[in-house]
Amino acid sequence: MAIQRTNIILISAIVFGITSSGSFADEETAAEAAVVEESSQPIFDDRPKVTVLQIPSALVDAETDRVAAIQKAVQATVGIFGPKGQGGGSGVVISSDGYALTNYHVVEGCGAFMKCSMPDGVLYDAVIVGIDPTGDVAVVKLLGRDDFPTATIADSDIVQVGDWCFAIGNPFLLATNFQPSVSMGIISGKNRYQYPAGTLLEYADCLQTDAAINPGNSGGALFNENGDLIGINGRGSFEKRGRVNVGVGYAISINQIMYFLDHLKSGRLVDHATLGATVESDDQGVVRVSDVLPTSDAYRRGLRYDDVIVSFAGRKISTVNQFKNVLGILPKGFTPEIVYQRQGEQFNIVVRLSGVHATGQLTEIIDGKPPETPQVPDLPGLPEMPNPETPEQPEESDIETAVDEQADAENQHPYHHLFIKRTGFTNYYFNLQNRDRIWEQFTAIGGSWANQPGRWRISGQIRDAAMADDTPFQLLLGDEKSGIKIGDSSFVLDPAEDFSQQLFPPESGGLLVALHLWRALLVQGPQQFGEVYYFGGLPARVASSHQSDKTVDVLIATRGVTETHFRFNRGNALLQSAEMFPEINSDPCRITFLDYQRDGDLLVPRQIKFDAGFGTPERTLVIERIEFMQKRGEESEK
Amino acid sequence: MTLLFPATENCAQTTAQKRLTGLNRTVTQTLPKTVKIVGSGGFRGLEAYQSGILISNEGHVLTAWSYVLDSDVVTLTMNDGLKREAELVGFDPRLDIAILKIDVTDTPHFNLDAATTADVGDRILAFSNLYGVATGNEPVSVQQGFVAAKIQLSARRGAYQSPYQDDAYLLDAMTNNPGAAGGALTDRQGRLVALVGKELRDSKTGAWLNFALPIEKLTDAIGRIRAGEIAGASDLTDRPTEPINTGLLGFSMVADIVQKTPPYIDRVVVGSIAAQNGARPDDLIIEVNGQMTASVKDVQKQFRRIDRNESIELTVQRGNRFIDMKLRLGQ
Repeated sequence: MAIQRTNIILISAIVFGITSSGSFADEETAAEAAVVEESSQPIFDDRPKVTVLQIPSALVDAETDRVAAIQKAVQATVGIFGPKGQGGGSGVVISSDGYALTNYHVVEGCGAFMKCSMPDGVLYDAVIVGIDPTGDVAVVKLLGRDDFPTATIADSDIVQVGDWCFAIGNPFLLATNFQPSVSMGIISGKNRYQYPAGTLLEYADCLQTDAAINPGNSGGALFNENGDLIGINGRGSFEKRGRVNVGVGYAISINQIMYFLDHLKSGRLVDHATLGATVESDDQGVVRVSDVLPTSDAYRRGLRYDDVIVSFAGRKISTVNQFKNVLGILPKGFTPEIVYQRQGEQFNIVVRLSGVHATGQLTEIIDGKPPETPQVPDLPGLPEMPNPETPEQPEESDIETAVDEQADAENQHPYHHLFIKRTGFTNYYFNLQNRDRIWEQFTAIGGSWANQPGRWRISGQIRDAAMADDTPFQLLLGDEKSGIKIGDSSFVLDPAEDFSQQLFPPESGGLLVALHLWRALLVQGPQQFGEVYYFGGLPARVASSHQSDKTVDVLIATRGVTETHFRFNRGNALLQSAEMFPEINSDPCRITFLDYQRDGDLLVPRQIKFDAGFGTPERTLVIERIEFMQKRGEESEK
Repeated sequence: MTLLFPATENCAQTTAQKRLTGLNRTVTQTLPKTVKIVGSGGFRGLEAYQSGILISNEGHVLTAWSYVLDSDVVTLTMNDGLKREAELVGFDPRLDIAILKIDVTDTPHFNLDAATTADVGDRILAFSNLYGVATGNEPVSVQQGFVAAKIQLSARRGAYQSPYQDDAYLLDAMTNNPGAAGGALTDRQGRLVALVGKELRDSKTGAWLNFALPIEKLTDAIGRIRAGEIAGASDLTDRPTEPINTGLLGFSMVADIVQKTPPYIDRVVVGSIAAQNGARPDDLIIEVNGQMTASVKDVQKQFRRIDRNESIELTVQRGNRFIDMKLRLGQ
């Protein structure tokens, strides 16, 4: 008796599932095969006869799978509200320590702290971590737990048009009981390019879905049929019907976000990339360079006007939008390969992508000041999703008071120590955390170089594949002066003078400067060196074939206009390489540290490979002897 | 408890794999039969693009009849990105459909003989370039939903009543958006069911409608257009030296202010030939001597072909009625 009652409940649930919410899989096929039987046995003697449906197992399985996928996915979804409960949108947690993804335009007006609801019924505090205003992505960190439920990250490149998917979020801020809404649809298109709305908010290589995306769904998750995360919903085509779903919603692909993720977790104001060149296409699917900036890395690598772009970052290019789709999902600093043709000849180059925005320009844009030279054209784009309950614009005179009030509130926030305001950063606290973590991991294994503050004397041979014999070298690195003697030639570096005028030895790109700064960072550490910040992860393009781990963590250290990228191996935490850019728009001297060997409590590289940038000849310092001398003052005392 | 499921015996064991790939396969097979159309328009509120479907091996394309096609150059983009200039074969303003042709052979297409129908509750897929989302060589967008109802269409765009007043599928998917008209509505297997309609509101409620025109209602007209029996755009030949004009017949049409102004009669002179034959203001001239007329320009074009000594046959639409009248000067 009890079993039959359960059956009836199951049947009504499934009928509801098919007729009202649409089926997740091809359930109609199974439904057509459902067999109806009249039951001669009433459930209760005093009730009329009921009909019992025999449900094919395929239909039950499909229903069960869908319910399980949604239940799994829902756990990690978040409703996001401003600190006073105003505005709002959606988000999704991607790591158990509370990092969550949302849209930049959702947290734009929230300040440093926000409130996040989860389906467990708890309202968590959250702090802003990083923003990518161009890509409309933000990372926040939910606080108070280290075991948050998380969404499983899928590979959005293998999503196909016609795949079932569902959006989970907080449309129209309906989730007053913290339970999100689920809407289902299919992938309507992929690799879509949507022009920037205003000066920012470009959606490149995005997913298009007909799952209902309404105001409030912004920042929420798009899941595949397994309940794995494939994108972040952020935009719709709202032109004529008012701001409600019209069957066209766009999601930022999760693959794009994964490229940016640790840049966002760095607490920086994250920028997108530009090639420094524009392209145009003809009807025949030929994409040509229509302009290239002489200051760009692409130009230095050889790209010129009218060259035909064949492929970019491994993807074939036959339209301008395909080119923009590749470029639009990569952060500044990435080094993709470009294949191009000129007069029938094919060239392969690796190009370092620079930022779309000039230094400080992004800060000005998000602070509301007009940029002096807008680099992103103000194209008529589709409007982003509005915050449904955004209060009316305050009077100009109220803004300063409001800003002060917000600052006061943030200072009194129970988690106020997790937010540090600093120009160029979203939340400098997270940058310090990452910088110090990378340094501590490195010194824990590599030893404490701070104990060797005296001059370093290094000697050995320079190996050059183009030369039959090695050339002996002597290197002296110190605070006040550094020098190198190669064969009979000597070069001395005066750190007080402009580095860009002292790029010794010739054709090295500035090996002596790079090694001088290497020692300075090792001896002084990132806190004493000067300005050192965590940039994020980059592909280990400079890596030798020894490296199996393909991503490096990058600390950027600046001295004047000279910028050095110190690249730490994520696998073994060691300093893998460094790239020293003597000035803006210059090629770096690249040094790669190989064959680390223990010397006392230190791990010391026995080989340092160097070149003057992509495609230049490589040479190697083979180190035979390294001496750490006492500091001069201490020497004289002895 | 009433059960809605039809009982059949062929209970194929649907594997998880089949369930996951069913729609992908339909989409992959159907997209090559769709085209994007770019023509005139592009100013405020009037998109310069719409959708179409290939219906023959030789490149015949079925689409919605609209101002987009009223252009010197209409360009089609095939699913693989290939661009072709299209020629207008003909159109039927009563059904609001048109047929274009591009110079291709052996192209994937919908076989109209294999077109099917759908019932309320059937799953459908809609293929169209709504909002012009698919730029360059990108494939058109795909949406899914159900047939919510079969209705008799009574719809309008602005003040103008839709000429198509016949059966239509009402859908629960948000299909009828800018640029979607002329797209394909298929069943789950990719069989053609209907043509996605224009952006129209329900005449009574004003609600935007998501609807599609059943292919079975269009096949006859498609055949006639392809056979040259309806040739809205046929070339002018043997122009008379003294053609007829509306003034001689005693009526005037509304001012020709847009590319494709519907040919409504604006005024009728009392006692004129037009008045004697029952013409009234607000009649829509849909045929002149058996030739479809969709705009003021079309009517003027037909009139230029008729000598003022000949009789002239007009068909007008008044509300839901079609009225034939025969006019002759010196009557």
